[in-house]
Amino acid sequence: MTTSTLFTLIITILFGALVSGTPLLFATMGEIFSERSGVMNLGLEGMMLMGAFGGFAAWFHTGNLFAGIAVGMIAGGLMALLHAVITISLRADQVVSGLALTILGTGLSSILGQPYVGKPVATPTNLILPILGRVSAEQIILIVVGLIIAPLAWYYLHHTRPGLNLRSVGEHPAAADSLGINVNLTRYLYVIFGGLMSGLAGASLSLITEPGWVDGKTSGLGWIAVGLVIFASWDPLRGLWVSYFFGLLRRLPLDLQNPALPLISTANNPMVGRIMDVLPYLATIFILILGSRQAMRKRLGAPAALGTPYIRGERGL
Amino acid sequence: MNQSRIPYRVRFETRLDNPGWLGIVSSILGVVLALIIGGFVLKIAGATSPVSTYQAIFQQGFGTFADWRAGFIAIFTNTDCPKGMLCFGPLSDTLVKASPILLTSLACIVAFRMKQWNIGADGQLFMGAWAATGVAVFLLPSTTNPVLMMLAMGLAGVLAGAIYGAIPGFLKAWLNINEIITTLMLNYVAYNWVAFFVVVGPWSIGDFESTGRFPAAATWPRLTQLSKTIPILSGLTANPGVLLGVFAAIGLAWVIYRSRWGYEIRVIGNNPKAARYAGIDLKRNIFLVMALSGALAGLAGMNEVASLRELNGRFQQGYGFTGVIIAWLARLNPIAAILVSILFGGLVVGTQLVQPAGISAMLQGVILFVVVGTELIFRYRVHFERVDGVAIPEKIGEVS
Amino acid sequence: MTESPTTFEMHAIVKRFPGVLAIDHVDFVCREGQVHALLGENGAGKSTLMNVLAGLYRSDGGEILLKGRRVVFHSPQDAISHGIGMIHQHFMLVQSNSVAENVVLGLKKPRFFLSLSSIEDQVAALGEQYGMKVNPRAKIWQLSVGEQQRVEVLKMLFRGARVLILDEPTAVLTPQEVDALFGTLHDMTNRGHSIVFISHKLEEVVKIADYVTVLRRGKVTAANVSAKGISKAQLANLMVGREVLFRVDKKKIQPGEDVLVVEGLSAENDRGLPAIREVSFNVRAKEIVGIAGVAGNGQSELAETLTGLRSATAGKMRMGNIVLNSRSHWREIGRRLAHIPEDRASVGSIPDLSIAENLILKSFSRSPISSGWSIDKIAVHQNAVKLVDEYKISTPTVDTPVRMLSGGNLQKVILARETAQQPELMIAVHPTRGLDIGATEAVHKLLVEQRDAGAAILLISEDLDELLSLSDRLMVMYEGRIVGDMEAESSDIEKIGLMMAGVKAKS
Repeated sequence: MTTSTLFTLIITILFGALVSGTPLLFATMGEIFSERSGVMNLGLEGMMLMGAFGGFAAWFHTGNLFAGIAVGMIAGGLMALLHAVITISLRADQVVSGLALTILGTGLSSILGQPYVGKPVATPTNLILPILGRVSAEQIILIVVGLIIAPLAWYYLHHTRPGLNLRSVGEHPAAADSLGINVNLTRYLYVIFGGLMSGLAGASLSLITEPGWVDGKTSGLGWIAVGLVIFASWDPLRGLWVSYFFGLLRRLPLDLQNPALPLISTANNPMVGRIMDVLPYLATIFILILGSRQAMRKRLGAPAALGTPYIRGERGL
Repeated sequence: MNQSRIPYRVRFETRLDNPGWLGIVSSILGVVLALIIGGFVLKIAGATSPVSTYQAIFQQGFGTFADWRAGFIAIFTNTDCPKGMLCFGPLSDTLVKASPILLTSLACIVAFRMKQWNIGADGQLFMGAWAATGVAVFLLPSTTNPVLMMLAMGLAGVLAGAIYGAIPGFLKAWLNINEIITTLMLNYVAYNWVAFFVVVGPWSIGDFESTGRFPAAATWPRLTQLSKTIPILSGLTANPGVLLGVFAAIGLAWVIYRSRWGYEIRVIGNNPKAARYAGIDLKRNIFLVMALSGALAGLAGMNEVASLRELNGRFQQGYGFTGVIIAWLARLNPIAAILVSILFGGLVVGTQLVQPAGISAMLQGVILFVVVGTELIFRYRVHFERVDGVAIPEKIGEVS
Repeated sequence: MTESPTTFEMHAIVKRFPGVLAIDHVDFVCREGQVHALLGENGAGKSTLMNVLAGLYRSDGGEILLKGRRVVFHSPQDAISHGIGMIHQHFMLVQSNSVAENVVLGLKKPRFFLSLSSIEDQVAALGEQYGMKVNPRAKIWQLSVGEQQRVEVLKMLFRGARVLILDEPTAVLTPQEVDALFGTLHDMTNRGHSIVFISHKLEEVVKIADYVTVLRRGKVTAANVSAKGISKAQLANLMVGREVLFRVDKKKIQPGEDVLVVEGLSAENDRGLPAIREVSFNVRAKEIVGIAGVAGNGQSELAETLTGLRSATAGKMRMGNIVLNSRSHWREIGRRLAHIPEDRASVGSIPDLSIAENLILKSFSRSPISSGWSIDKIAVHQNAVKLVDEYKISTPTVDTPVRMLSGGNLQKVILARETAQQPELMIAVHPTRGLDIGATEAVHKLLVEQRDAGAAILLISEDLDELLSLSDRLMVMYEGRIVGDMEAESSDIEKIGLMMAGVKAKS
């Protein structure tokens, strides 16, 4: 094969990775912020599904893409609010509540989304680009948004006062409390933010990157995002890379089924595809094992107060 | 440290007087409330009458009164049931659906009792299914004695699950690595492991993502086929795997409440420091409990493939997570888990043919949320009180 | 000599907690440029009083005047905005953040954008100004305890605190760090800051303070005494001196053989610093040996090391003929050693399990409670019924979860469990803390009964009355060492006070 076709292939693959990884990026970013405040939300899959369904339905009835995105985000945010009330104010177990949220979202979106299955989808605005050829403008915009959000999030986290407050609340809520920061309010805000981002992820999935609605649209993407947060060490910039990396891994098996590449075509070598699917999870576990040593753990960055409700003035919880 | 400018605040005080019935009442209330909320959702989705929908769900999950009556009459008069298999038909399907989630809930119960949050029961189930399949299809010849075959499959499933649960157990016990994360990650590894073998790899038959049907020896018979010897089993199209779960539950209940090890587990789960003081080895127990948890989930996996009679790419994910919910709803009591899983099984079966789809998941989610919410209101007394500066010392022994 | 202007005054402060009057009409005055030490033993009310000043507690009576004007603080932020900042024993620092980030946390300005480099410069400059060198970019977890304390001080100074309250600041410092701290404090007073120095260590108090106020049981026993004009003996007396009430009926008894022998024992605390240093003593059968001392001088760690909850770094422990040094030994001597832990809920009991199940914590792996793999429920029940009756534990049933019991009854459960097996050695740590008179008396009676029956008892307590009433022999612990060992009867309370406060006794 010629170098120019190889080049085209690489560019196409990379573009595919960006497209595929952006919804993941949104969900991961949202959960990073939620967990940074100390609240684990395992309901990503449910929130994304509601976002995907809600966004699609809203677009379907209004024809307006922005309306769709907005509704999707709100759907995610509302679900996250539920989780927040239960885990922060009612101090229930975060794992159970998150799982319930996923189940709820799966069921609700399935029921309410019934009439929308198989309906005609949003037609993309087409652009012609060099090398890539015909691309959807919406996808380009989406990618750009993702590329901007991550560094913005990083800057927010490390160079602004609200970001400092967020980090402190997740690491040592008592210290933050003693200096006048409202711990529970902070957690509420960022859990809801996580929901908004998951809703955005879902809506961008059903409206832009893989237009259409089917039952179970996100097919596990939400769970992947939960793992990505850890893999990204709760850092937005790393979150960017790992989301794209994962987008790449998901697309690669499809893109590589090019008969012109006998050596690496996954059609010929099923091992490669499966290993690539599993790699990120094994890598996370590997990193965790390394991180079990004291020094590394400090740099690995799990927020120290993650998972425990904050109760002022009570001993030893 | 009181820092609000409002002179009042809300304080949660753990109720000390916790009558046992309170837990059950709050669970029942939760279910009722959930049904009401679910009814609203159904209305929005266009169902004409939520009540009739619920009725249909119940009947499809558990059978109508007429069915049951006919069935019991048939048993006691030792005749064949007039409706053929249908006498306890729905109940059979319900029981079948209940067994994997009963077993995974038991897995979760034993782990959660020791405050080890195993949310990898799904992965452990998959590995158990994989191992059992390996034995059934590739290891043992298809002419093996069925009882032997089943035992071998069961052993394989249990062992595979145990090892797979012991890995995060080891990581937690000796390296103090958070088990929520490791078990979650290992789920994915297990899904892909099975998918590799079955979808694209060595075990798939031709172009199908499946191992093909298991040899006859490797599948459960129907219970009703044993009804000649045990009359009460007539009409049940379910398989003996159902009983696996029940026996496991009874066994686990004995372990937890009657055995020495169970005592150690409960002490560790409630107060690890006191456990250390009593000379109980924490590390070893964490490891063992995670292995047991994985073993139970692995058994669930073996049970699944034995009922489905094949392992394919559509092998159901999610039983492990439902197990978490059931364990929680059953308040970590293995016997209660039997009832709850039958209920959930009924829910799943009952909603299969009911429009709109997704009801079971929605109802499960709502039930759980409502029960979580109401439970906390029952566990804590909510106080509105004046800010008073009442001190709760942060650490006993602090110089004052 | 003209006195410098008052920074703040507290008049007739009263503070009540459920069941106890913690502060009883206390006056406290602080002046510019002075170090005013607040002295007293455990429970005297020092931290409580300062918590009121620092805005953490609201007083039930009295008033606070700031430069003559009455003020009421609703929160620590209120107090800080008026220039009063408190540094607690347990630091409130976010480990993974930098020094600068911790100093600036919670401030109003800058509102949104944090220009970290300029903040770091400011923090470094402030540190320079006060002679406290810190690297503003360092993460807290990288710093030593002394450096972390400096960050806490800087946090307050950055917010414009003129009055700094330090609660037992030297408890966690090395001697060099203590010197550095004192240098800093001197510097600060020269600039007109006021320091309140809460401590129980007389040597240090005398070294650093200008004035001393002594609290005892919530009342002032010495107010505004010049540190130069009073002897340490007098101060010690003011700290602990009183009529001791001997409430316990105790006969003199001849002690038996050595049961517990400790030689050169050393151990570290949770931070890795030495908590007990080469401690040696013995406890004989039929005697109660009391250990007095202000909390935090190694008593907790000693009890933990003696019961196997903490590893020793040096030295030997021996119970009878058995050398105690490995987990298997603890299991073996389990029934011969009783431990009444200082925190009932934490180590002593299993809150959600029933009384019956708690009572078998030490005996569950042996018959008659268990045989083989299973536990005999009937035996458990019978055992519980017997013990509940014997120890007069008040409870609806033996299956009631233990978290529903009152403090006194819970302590009885623990005592029942530990003493039912006729232990040879008992280690009781603050056994009557938080109990009412009736429960306290019951516990005391039980301890004496065990002694008379032949047990060797080590009693660690903050309550001097209790120690003097119960002990046959009394030791005092200070900074991880045994600094005094005497017959309880002939002990001089003033001398005890001095030892508790770290003054080297000239025998």
